[in-house]
Amino acid sequence: MHFIPKINRREFMVTSFSIGGGFALGLVFPQNQAEAAAIAAQIGRNPWEASLGKEGIEINPWLVVGTDDTVTIRVAQSEMGQGTFTSWSKMIVEELECDWSKVRAEYASVNRHVRENKVYQRMATNSSSSVRVSRQYLQQAGASARERLMAAAAEQWAVPRSELTVNAGVITHTPTGRSLRYGQVAQKAASIRLPKEPQIKTPEQFTFMNKPTRMLETPLRVDGSATYGIDVRIPGMLYAAVKQSPVFLGTVKKFDANAVKKRPGVHSVVRFGGPKVEEGVAVIADSYWHAKSALDLLPIEWDGGTHSNDSSKGFFEMARKALDEPGARVVTKKGDAEGVINSSAKVVEAVYELPYVDHAMMEPMNCTAHVTADRAEVWVGTQNPEEAVSQISKLTGIPEENVYLHNCFLGSGFGRRGANDDVRLAVVIAKQVGRPVKVIWSREETMQHGAYRPMRVSRFRGALGPDGMPTAFHTRVIGIESPYPGDEQTIRGLHKLPYRVTHELFDYHSRETHVPNGPWTSVGRSQNEFFLETFIDELAHAAGKDPYEYRRLLLENNPDFPQAKAWLKVLSTAAEKSKWGGKLPAGTARGIAIGDSRRITRDEITICAIVATVSVSKQGKVRAERFDVAMDTGPFLVNPLAAERQIEMQVVMGLAAALKQEITIEKGRVVQSNFHDFPLLTRVEVPQVAVHFVRATDKPIAGIGEEALGWVAPALCNAIFAVTGKRVRSLPLKNHDLSWA
Amino acid sequence: MLSLKVNGRVFAVDVEAETPLLWVIRDTIGLTGTKYGCGVGMCGACTVHVNGKAVRSCQTRAGQVVGQEVTTIEGLGGTHPVQEAWRDGDVPECGYCQPGQIMAVAALLAKKPNPTDADITSEITNLCRCGTYSRMRDAIHRAAQLASRR
Repeated sequence: MHFIPKINRREFMVTSFSIGGGFALGLVFPQNQAEAAAIAAQIGRNPWEASLGKEGIEINPWLVVGTDDTVTIRVAQSEMGQGTFTSWSKMIVEELECDWSKVRAEYASVNRHVRENKVYQRMATNSSSSVRVSRQYLQQAGASARERLMAAAAEQWAVPRSELTVNAGVITHTPTGRSLRYGQVAQKAASIRLPKEPQIKTPEQFTFMNKPTRMLETPLRVDGSATYGIDVRIPGMLYAAVKQSPVFLGTVKKFDANAVKKRPGVHSVVRFGGPKVEEGVAVIADSYWHAKSALDLLPIEWDGGTHSNDSSKGFFEMARKALDEPGARVVTKKGDAEGVINSSAKVVEAVYELPYVDHAMMEPMNCTAHVTADRAEVWVGTQNPEEAVSQISKLTGIPEENVYLHNCFLGSGFGRRGANDDVRLAVVIAKQVGRPVKVIWSREETMQHGAYRPMRVSRFRGALGPDGMPTAFHTRVIGIESPYPGDEQTIRGLHKLPYRVTHELFDYHSRETHVPNGPWTSVGRSQNEFFLETFIDELAHAAGKDPYEYRRLLLENNPDFPQAKAWLKVLSTAAEKSKWGGKLPAGTARGIAIGDSRRITRDEITICAIVATVSVSKQGKVRAERFDVAMDTGPFLVNPLAAERQIEMQVVMGLAAALKQEITIEKGRVVQSNFHDFPLLTRVEVPQVAVHFVRATDKPIAGIGEEALGWVAPALCNAIFAVTGKRVRSLPLKNHDLSWA
Repeated sequence: MLSLKVNGRVFAVDVEAETPLLWVIRDTIGLTGTKYGCGVGMCGACTVHVNGKAVRSCQTRAGQVVGQEVTTIEGLGGTHPVQEAWRDGDVPECGYCQPGQIMAVAALLAKKPNPTDADITSEITNLCRCGTYSRMRDAIHRAAQLASRR
């Protein structure tokens, strides 16, 4: 049967402004100090320590019920600001029907996951997966535990299960009014086997999910007690400061350890390198400052090798040349795009270029490791603990079962902390030192040894018919990347156009460099959607049509695109909420962009449309005034409060990259080193962000955590064009003269 | 050996006078709520109070604060109006910069009990990569209200 959830649309639609708090916050303020204190106790400061659930009875690997009725939830995803401890717990508690104020949350044990054949299914946190991938099995774990607790009560009273109800962890036998608490039946429940697994709730049955819930994570972050990887302190621990080859893939020629060995606190100087470990030198000392100040004085000679003269300028030149070569791989070929374009009266052509960008997490890269003959122990904030364990095992020869990784809170990740190069480096150093070592990369080291968002160049050509609508499209993308990202990310989002175009050709080249790349929030989309949605704007302009109306026409006329209606709903929400077409002061305009984060490798999409309201002074100073972000939620939005914040984060991150961030390469190495030349968005630059959740589809969406960022830059730059008449085809904007008359 | 007063307690610390206060607080004294972000005084993740004034502890030498009152996030008490407002508004996202933000704001409110938006943008220069700036601004106004009621 086709499932159509019944949700009162008005209740479900969350339209709240980040400014003024509004709806989401008002509902969930703690009523008093006692309540605030109760929230404060729900996560331990060391999230990896299985201390909270120690006294209880494990009903299944996901949850432990204490005799005091506390429920400890094991969270198998990394927490870096998304509010995973809260949303993960909500998905279980929705079914478990326990008392939320008695819920505790901690990381699931990575070691157990390894020993027990991936008992937690999947511990990598990426691709907006925390909710998307795990919701069903978490609901199932909660429902299953509830039914076993109920069955235990039914057995104890010798009554049928059908006579029992449960509310906030208290089971009641309705005919007699007797009651038992979860804590009283947990022991018995642990041994109960259900004849069959219970059905999980459908969205119309939710009483907890899809409503805003205060973040369990907040109190620890307000009193300074949350332990990030960099905060770990182990008895007998030493500190390491590191310097890796400034030219990627270079080598250490020589260094003079004697020059610093006598400096205060210095323990040793070690050289490192190896498979997937950049070569370099570390100073080990009794404090980070002693290690760092000695390292700064250490004479090191490097051999940059064959890449010593490579530059990002050169990479761009290489890519521009490749634009004129027929694409090595063809993704889409429909009709005769090149023929139609070559014979058309009206052709629009544009070349777009985007630079490398760093993740610039606030917490610099770091990892603490202790490696002995038969055991490796690591403390780190990682997005991929299971992969880290496998790599530690490979580097040390210690079986995975004897690797203990304690995941910490992450001072954000944005994809960077899934690479685990911080883990590998700490392990190869700790192996040599024989004592626990905390390895901290300075900010400079963190920025100059990143896993950057790949550079990318593209050329779009479109032929327009007499009505101004496109008849043919030729897209050619040149991916400039290390072997990591692979083809899928180079073409992601462009592989299937939502707009109606009869003749279409999409081909591409990949060009490898020695500069390491990695996923950067939105993965591929912040490049490809900038290209596509800027180009659509260029076509609208060439056709003499309003960019919003033009997109509507393209969608309305496309019978081959099943999601066109849902797109139109999200698009019109963004337009209405931003008062598209309404009057604005001189020098201010709106720009629009839309997409759905589709991938070749999966079915889920998240439709997102953004309108940017932007002013540009005559001198060319850009000010992002306001972003209206409309996003489809599908039937599930586990915690609207967390979702809204993640979208605000994406606007700020996307805006920073568009306005002023780039990583450039000269002489084989990264030029930028700290926040003076790779600036973050500041308080004064932040726009008003209005998030509009809208139910446009009936299937679970692709996620929330990185599904808005891709449209920030094109919406911004389309607005800039509307003010200045200057089309922005490369970023960051700091490199452009946007003055106008 | 230097004698430092941190959060009302005196610590005898065996560090060179030129050691940045940040690392003395974190590595020697063991209070890790104060964060390392950039090491060059730009991001403000390392903000602490010296005699009630907000300073970047990565740019302050241990020798400079001998005989002064140093306060870190751990010494703010947990129920400071800024912390209450931060909790009420669920301000932090990843949270790494937030101890520094809170210390900067607490110092601002001590000086200016009712800051305007312009005061906030000009005086609180701490960076936040997650972009919680708007939520922070709302929380600062709320903190000002909470403080005035005490």
